This record gives sequence, structure tokens and C-alpha cells, in this order.
Amino acid sequence: MTTAALDLHAHDAGAHHTSMPVPSRKLAMWVFIASECMFFATLISTFVIYRDSHAKGPGPKDVFGVPLVTAGTAVLLFSSFFVVMALNGAQQGDRKKLLRWLSLTVLCGVFFVGMQVYEFTHFVTEKHLGYTTNLFASSFYTLTGFHGTHVAVGTLWLATLLKDAWKGRIPPAKALNLEIAALYWHFVDVVWIIIFPVVYLMSLGR
Amino acid sequence: MSDHHAEGVGAHTASAEYIRIAVVLFALTAMEVLLYEACFGHLKASMPGLSTSLSPWFVQLLLVLSAFKFWLVAMFYMHLKFDLKVLQWLFGFSLVLATIVIMALFTLFTYNRTLWWWGGVPW
Amino acid sequence: MATSALEYGHATAAKRSVLVEWLTTVDHKKIGIMYGASAFIFFLIGGLEALVIRTQLMRPDNHLVTPDFYNQLFTMHGTTMIFLAVMPISAMFFNFFVPLLIGARDVAFPRLNAMSLWIFILGGLFLNFSFLLGAAPNGGWFGYAPLSSRMYAPGHNMDFWVIGLQILGVASLAAGVNFFTTILNMRARGMTLMRMPIFVWAVLVTQVLVLLSFPVITVALIYLMLDRTFGTSFFNLTANGDPMLWQHLFWVFGHPEVYILILPAFGIVSEILPVFARKPLFGYSAMVFSMAFIAFLGFGVWSHHMFATGMGPLADSFFSLATMLIAIPTGVKIFNWIGTLWGGSLQFKTPLYFALGFIAMFIMGGLSGVIHAVAPADLQQTDSYFVVAHFHYVLFGGSIFSLTAGAYYWWPKMFGKLLDEGLGKAHFWVMLAGFNLTFFPMHFVGLLGMPRRIYSYPAGLGFDTLNLLSTVGAFLLGSSFLIFSYNIIKTWRSGAQAPADPWNGATLEWSIPSPPQEWNFAVEPIVTEKDPLWGLKRAAGVKVLPEPPRVSGEGIHLPAPSWWPLIVSVGFLTFLVGIMVKHASAFPFGPISIAGFAITLYGIYKWAYEPVDGHAPTT
Repeated sequence: MTTAALDLHAHDAGAHHTSMPVPSRKLAMWVFIASECMFFATLISTFVIYRDSHAKGPGPKDVFGVPLVTAGTAVLLFSSFFVVMALNGAQQGDRKKLLRWLSLTVLCGVFFVGMQVYEFTHFVTEKHLGYTTNLFASSFYTLTGFHGTHVAVGTLWLATLLKDAWKGRIPPAKALNLEIAALYWHFVDVVWIIIFPVVYLMSLGR
Repeated sequence: MSDHHAEGVGAHTASAEYIRIAVVLFALTAMEVLLYEACFGHLKASMPGLSTSLSPWFVQLLLVLSAFKFWLVAMFYMHLKFDLKVLQWLFGFSLVLATIVIMALFTLFTYNRTLWWWGGVPW
Repeated sequence: MATSALEYGHATAAKRSVLVEWLTTVDHKKIGIMYGASAFIFFLIGGLEALVIRTQLMRPDNHLVTPDFYNQLFTMHGTTMIFLAVMPISAMFFNFFVPLLIGARDVAFPRLNAMSLWIFILGGLFLNFSFLLGAAPNGGWFGYAPLSSRMYAPGHNMDFWVIGLQILGVASLAAGVNFFTTILNMRARGMTLMRMPIFVWAVLVTQVLVLLSFPVITVALIYLMLDRTFGTSFFNLTANGDPMLWQHLFWVFGHPEVYILILPAFGIVSEILPVFARKPLFGYSAMVFSMAFIAFLGFGVWSHHMFATGMGPLADSFFSLATMLIAIPTGVKIFNWIGTLWGGSLQFKTPLYFALGFIAMFIMGGLSGVIHAVAPADLQQTDSYFVVAHFHYVLFGGSIFSLTAGAYYWWPKMFGKLLDEGLGKAHFWVMLAGFNLTFFPMHFVGLLGMPRRIYSYPAGLGFDTLNLLSTVGAFLLGSSFLIFSYNIIKTWRSGAQAPADPWNGATLEWSIPSPPQEWNFAVEPIVTEKDPLWGLKRAAGVKVLPEPPRVSGEGIHLPAPSWWPLIVSVGFLTFLVGIMVKHASAFPFGPISIAGFAITLYGIYKWAYEPVDGHAPTT
């Protein structure tokens, strides 16, 4: 029999083996993140190309303010730290630690999205920078809007995991569920680490 | 499935290290903001000497600072330092490609102006 | 034996009808077959469009179709052939054969795989649905702004194109994540990366290209959609927008895309040649590295599509040189194929015919490609029929010849029946003759000055005879696929039952019954060398191994069928269609979008909490 000749040491058919010492779901998240790099690279390129296109309406120096966006940056950095602590708790089987840090992470996500909603509303109503006012506005809102959408999706994801953790459904053996969400969350954070200086500080400081 | 991984991370990192990195990340962010304030913002008037010496390097310094932050989060919070090498390659390759595309597009669109990432070399 | 396998297949899905079974399947083989079947139908539609185009151009001053319908035809012909034919036919081979070639029971994420399929099918139907409204896309397959802007394309035509491509892109990205993970992580024990079949390498490199290039077109399409639907001006010159940005973003995606179309073809031919030359692939590692090199360089040559836009001498020189560099790894591959054939004992079966046809035609297409790399020469050729000749030599002469070779080669494994050899060879000769008769004269009309996409031409410019020849060739080419279809039907009705290993193959898929059972491998194989099956035969001292028995599959865990992939796909389609039809209201998202979004979100949520291993036999 051919197949038997190919495999003289047949092992338990139920056990999933992976060729690399990394779970497939985690590898897939990394592959997705690699792909997202190009997504945000395109959005950032467009912003950098169009940031001076504001013959009509206000430009970057008229609308951007450092304090608010620094607060947002701090919140996202905080949340990266929080989620890594939550993951640590999940891996150690420390439910209290997991719940404490994970709920703080979700709170940060909500706060960041709220900050962005406030920022956009402020720009539109008080600075009169509508979505289609000029190309600076369109490319800025599109870039940060898609980043904000990523934050919102991540917040939703982490919130469902918080619910699971609350019900005790994330034992150490299932910490991978949180680890994958955390990878995504950190990626969203590093994108903001690029956006903060390139979009805000460099547009202001010229 | 995640056993070997959990061990790998647990052995190398602890809450204390995460806290240290968080502190460094904050310090770096503060430096970014201070750099801006010194070169162009509120601090410019009070320390004009520093401003004139720093502002030609504003873009480069910001890029270095944020690259360092990026590296810290990717290496430690995303565990790349302790994880499979192939993941580093995966992320590294796409980052390099993304950077090249950003720079190439910007060069193509500012052909008669400057190479912006070099801080404005006349071409 | 066969009955017990059948019984197992239906044991847990007790009263599922056949339709439900196929709608909810997560089996990579069924998904592969659905990819192939739907893509072949789209391929025939695209071919039909080509025939109408050729009939319109048959003689000067012809008015068979209206100019606007002509625009729709060439736009949909290009879009269909690239996104709905060549890519998904390749995807059929990825789906069916990657798990078999690497010795796995399924892909890494079976439900995600099903979602890719459904999104692709819905996207394809959506794009072609536009014909029924008389509003098929009409701005060319690369949708250049400002021709694709609302000002110059006021109808829904280009909305169909923008949304349709967006949908298809998501399918490709999901499949890209899935296959990259599958290949890296689901290989049989002992199958190191450098022992993988070369086709699997081709798929891996293709997925890298998909993953890194599709996000760019995703963003570009978002901008175009925003321009058309929300009143932004990313590509609108009158509001300081730059149409060049669209061209750049499109080709940052578009050039890797052409390698996405050709690399799987390289892989298939590299599998077929060794088997029919009875010797291992010449220069395996050179083949792997040249593919990786092509993929990497493929990201640095996009602007050679834009020499005529006046980018300046620096950019022109850079992209010229990078393009010429790609000829090196491509040449390495061609010499390796010839090296594989050299001194082999060639078995002249249909798959080898098509593979040899591929090499010859692809060399011709490659040579005219190198001519385009020279920027000054390209200025003469760009947007002429010379370019049309070039890309049909690489995409039809390259991809389609190779995919057809793959179809003849793997048909017995997929359906358990051998396609007729005589009809197969007739198919080959008619296709080769028709192909060259269609596209070779286009080199000449192109250099004589006939522009690409022209609706009609006056008599007396020297185009008349050559165009007539092309039209005759096109019908010959079309009829070769009638032969193929007849071959399929004939085989279906009364073909010879295929043994497990009809070609004396080298790779794992030939070690299991034809067609494979649901779980592929009764026991997971262990691999100790390249060409594992040949090694096994050598060790056993036989030419053909005994026929593998069909087994009951007891104790094998398989992923459970699921409705959620289909539901999420429908929700996603609804969401995007909602954006397209909303543009009368002021609020960005109409009720259709919101409903679609809700369905998608709910589907993903239920999907995430669905138990995975539910398909274990109850015995």
C-alpha cells in the first residue's frame, strides 16, 4: 500500500502538527499585518503628496493642535502596554490581572475613538475643514479615518475577548486568542507611531 | 499549540520589562513633542540657539525617534525578538517594501523639488 | 471500499442535500472545483466578448456594435480575463493541489477559503450583472482617471468596475493569507522548504505578490470610489488632484499583478516538464531563486507602463533598467526548462504539448516585452496594437497555455477520468494555430500605427488584411475551446477510469486514489527527498506502484461545513453595493450598506464562536 510505505510511523491522526513552531492563526495574523503595511504605506504616501494642496480652505497649520493629538498618542501607547500586561496575565492563568489590564485596554480604545470623533467634529465645525474642502482634508481624513476604523474594530474585538475573559473562557491554553488580537492592536499602535510625527508634527513644523 | 510559544515568551519577559519599555516609549514621545516645540513651537522664542541648531535636522530626528519607538513595540510588545525568525523576515520585508514605495512615490511627485527624507537636498 | 467512503461522507451531514453540501463545504477540493467551474464560465464570457470585438474590427468602417458598447466590451474583456478567468483558474489549482502536493488534509483556514470563493463568485456575478443594466464598465481595464471620474463617466458603469474590483480584491487577499500560512505551516513531516514541489513555490511567491500589491489597489479604488460617490477630488485636476497618482497606484499594483498571472503558470509547467521528460527538474534551486527575484523586482518596475507620461529622464532610466533586469531571472527559467527537456525521454502526451507551446509562445511574448523596456522605443509602441500583441503572447501564450496544460495533467486526479488524448492534441494544434493567427499580425498593425482600443479604422491604411487575419484566427482560437468543451463532456459521459498515477508522477498527489477521498491522505505522509514518489518507486524497484485502496476514514477529523462564509460574503457584497447606490442621499451610508455591514459583523461573530472540529465520524 502506497501511503503506508510513505509513512511507516503513522501518528495520531487527530493531532494537528504544524511545520513551523508557530500556530497557524498567529502566522496568519502576521501575514495580514505584513499586507496592511502596504495599505497604510499607500495612504501615508497620498497624504504626504497632498498635504500642501490647500489653496482653498485651511491647511495643516490652521487646524492641527499638538496637545490633543499628543494625548491620543499617549492613550494608544498606554493601551499597547496594557494589552501586553493582559496577555501576560492570560498566559499565567491570572484571571484578575487579565481582566484588569484588558478592561483598561478597551477603555483606551474607546477613548481614542472618542478623541478622533471630537477632533474631526472640531475640525469640521470650528475650523471649517470639510471632507471635500481641499485635498489636504480628504487625504488627512481618509488616512486617519481608516486608522480610526482599525482602532474601532480592534476595540470591538478586544471587548468580545473581555467578555470571554469575564466568563473564564480564556484559560492559559487559549491565551493565543488574546495574543492574536494583541498583535493586531500593537500594529495599529505602530501605525500611529508613524502617523503622529509624519502627519502632525512634520506638517506643523515647516 | 501555543505551549511552546508561551514558554518562550514567559522565560524572556516579565511585567517589569514591559513597564521599563513603556517608560522609554513615553520618554521618546515626550522628546518628539519637545523637539517640535523647541524648533517651531512655544519653546522656540525662549531658546533661539537650540532652535536654529536643531531645526535643520527636525525631520530626520523625528524619523529616528519614531523608528526607535516602532522598533521597541515590534520587538518587545509584539515579541518579535523572541519569536520565530521567519516572522521578523515577514514583517521586515514588507516594511522595507512599504518604505521604498513611499519614498519612490514621493520622489516621483516632487521630481523638481527635493528628496524630502534627506531634508531637502536640491536635485 | 468506495461505498464506505461515500457513507462516511454523508454520515454526519445526514440529510444535507447536494446543494447545501456544496454551499456550505469547506473542503479545498470542492472549493477548487467551484473556482474552476465558475472561472471557466467567466472565461467563455470573456472569450465571447473578444469575438465580438474581433468581428467589429474585421473590416474597415464597421458598425456592428455602437462605440459605447465597444468600450464596454474591451473593458470587460480585460477585466474578466484577468480577474475572473486567469486568477481564479490559477486559484483552482492552488486550492485543489497545494494541500495534496504538500501532504496536508486541507488548507490552514478552510472556512476562510470558502469565503474567498464566495466573494469571488459574487464579485464576478456583480460585475457581469452590469451588462443586464446596459451599464457595463467602459473606462478600460486600468480605469485611468479622469476618464473614470464622475464627470467623464457619469453612469453606473465605472461604479460596477470600482466596487467589483474591490470585492474581488478582498477575495484574493483572504486567499493570500490562507495559502501563505498553509504552505509555510501545513507541509508534511520532512518536507523542508527546498523539498517542496516547484508549483508550491510558485504559489508561495504569488501569494507574497498578492499580499503586498492588492492593498495598494484597494486604497486606489477607495479613492476613486470617494471621488465618484462622496465628491472628493483625489484624481480631479480642476481641484488640484493629480490623475498621475491613480496611474502610479494602479501600476504599483498592476505590475506585480502580471506576475500574479504568470508565476502559477511557470509553476505548472515546471511540474509537467520533469514528469514527461522522465527526469528531475533542471536547476531546482535556481528556479526558486529566480521566481523570488522576479517577484522582488516586480515591485520596482511599475512605471514602465507610464513612459509616455513624461516622468523625466531619471525615472525613465531607473524603470527601464529595472525592467531589463527582470529578463535575467526569466531567462534563467527558460534555460532551465530547456535543460529539463534536454536528454529526457519525452512522452508526447497532451500536457507536454501545451507545456512546450507555453515555452515557445512565452519566449516570443518575453522578447517583445524587452523591446518595451527601452523607453524611447516604448514611446513608439505604447497604446498601439503592438502592446496588445505583446501581452496576449505572455497572458494567453503564457498563462492560458500553461493552465490548459495543467488542466490536462491534473484532470484525472480531480475527476478520476482521463481526458481524451486525440481530442486534446487536436485542441492544442487548433489553439496554437488560432492563437498565432490572431495575435502575430497585431505586431504589424501596431507598428503600422493602429492604436489600441480603437473602435474602427478607415480603409487604405494597410490595416485591412491583417485585421481580417486576426479575426479569422480569433474564431479558430474560440473553436479550439469548443473542442476542449466537447472533450470534457465526452470524458464525463464515458471516459476511461483513471488510475491513481496515470503519468508516473513524482509528487504526493499521485500516491492517493483518483479522485482523492475527502481527507486526502489516509495517513499523513513523511517526505525525505524532492520528488518523493519517484524515490519511493526507485526504492521499490517498480515503475508503477500498486493502486492505493480507498479507506473508510474512521477517526480522521475534518473541519465541519459552515454557512457563515457564504453569509459573510453576501453581507460584504451588500455593504459595498449599498455604497454604490446611495449617492442621492446626503448621509454616506444608506440603509442597504448598514444592513450589509450588520450581516457581515454578525456573520464574523458567529463564525468566530462556531465549533471547528465537528465533522468527526460518530462511530
